[in-house]
Amino acid sequence: MSHVVIFRATLRRELKLLARQKADWVNPLLFFIIILTLFPLGVGAKPNLLREIAPGVIWIAALLSVLLGAERQFRQDYRDGVLEQLVAARAPLLGYSLAKITAGWLGSGLPLILVSPLLILFLGLSTDALLAVVLTLLLGTPLLSLLSALGAALTLSADKGGILLALVILPLYIPLLIFASSAVEQASFGLGYQAQLAVLAAMLCVALALVPIAVQKALKLNVG
Amino acid sequence: MFKWLDPYAKPQVLFATLLWWQRGLMPLAIVVLVIGTIWGLGFTPADYQQGDSYRIIHVHVPAAIWSMGVYAWMAIAAFIALVWQVKTAQWAIGAIAPIGAVYTFIALFTGAAWGKPMWGTWWVWDARLTSELILLFLYLGVMALQNAFADRQTGDKASAVLAVVGVVNLPIIHFSVEWWNTLHQGATITKFAKPSIDPSMLWPLLICLLGFALLFGALTCLRLRTAILQHEAHRPWVRQYVEEQQNARV
Repeated sequence: MSHVVIFRATLRRELKLLARQKADWVNPLLFFIIILTLFPLGVGAKPNLLREIAPGVIWIAALLSVLLGAERQFRQDYRDGVLEQLVAARAPLLGYSLAKITAGWLGSGLPLILVSPLLILFLGLSTDALLAVVLTLLLGTPLLSLLSALGAALTLSADKGGILLALVILPLYIPLLIFASSAVEQASFGLGYQAQLAVLAAMLCVALALVPIAVQKALKLNVG
Repeated sequence: MFKWLDPYAKPQVLFATLLWWQRGLMPLAIVVLVIGTIWGLGFTPADYQQGDSYRIIHVHVPAAIWSMGVYAWMAIAAFIALVWQVKTAQWAIGAIAPIGAVYTFIALFTGAAWGKPMWGTWWVWDARLTSELILLFLYLGVMALQNAFADRQTGDKASAVLAVVGVVNLPIIHFSVEWWNTLHQGATITKFAKPSIDPSMLWPLLICLLGFALLFGALTCLRLRTAILQHEAHRPWVRQYVEEQQNARV
């Protein structure tokens, strides 16, 4: 089996699962929207204040909602023995990991981008800032999916997976958070933010090249 | 080329070697640290601007530099553990991580104590401070991951992967003061130019730097020896060693 074959097969299966188990992508999306509603309720619905904290709020909500779905990413395959069979058959896990990550992004990253126009209404963002939100989410959410897949793979057979996953992965999210929210902030002042986008794109390229290898390694050592 | 390193992958040989190193490094580290701190805190001239409060530099800078240096060593051990599957390198990660976490904490704490009189605040969300804080979280994550598995070996390997991935943070910390316009000052010593500090202050600082490095080496030897004993507790040579120690004490 080559990487391409297993990539296609896994992706097809994951997409079917996403289509049939709608909770898998609807729940993180609802979580994202609910967190965004909590902020105006918590800090008070003053338009100026909301506009000021919007970049950080949007990105923290995105981080948490991607993290929410991350734990389940490999859990099912680990429990029912699919992973064990793949390792035992010496199947190319790189293709499998990449397909899982892609499906994870389609399930938890893409919906966030699609609902982001709602944010204009919620947080009173300008059109420029909205464009920045969409662009940073477009570059940032694949990175979130990659890193959360790494966390999920690392903590796969751990006793207390969920909270450990957050502890392991959130520090790695911080640089992304800093650049993405600074891009949105610049945009809301009407300034250029190409530099931040370039850094995000660079981080994505590096992660895309290296993280799947680490995921593969982590899966193997958890299966044993 | 690295054939001479092979015997050291064997826990028993490494244990004896570490004992030898520890006996040399520990007294040396203590002497150097005492000289460095007494010279730095008591006998250097006061700064023309910061007065006496700059003296904390003799603890802050070595701890900060070695918080990153220790991480680099941990990552090297992790890389060796992953690529060549060396058991003792896996144990070294667990031995090194808490030392690095404490160094990072010292750097953050002394930084806060220095920031209060100089910047007027304990903490600012400045690039270097934030990335040093991330480093602390990374150390804690490695430690937590290592202890999270029922199977100890899985924990060792998983933390090795995380330690290698976390290396991306090192250049971010080091260059944060150059990339972003921040409150924290730029590099004083670790640059390819004449240090921007007077020799009378530089010398005790360099001695403290050496002291922190020696202390790190000595503590690593100690902790790695303990880890070897724990992991190899079922081996005859460990039992024999422990018996000898007990007999010697009686």
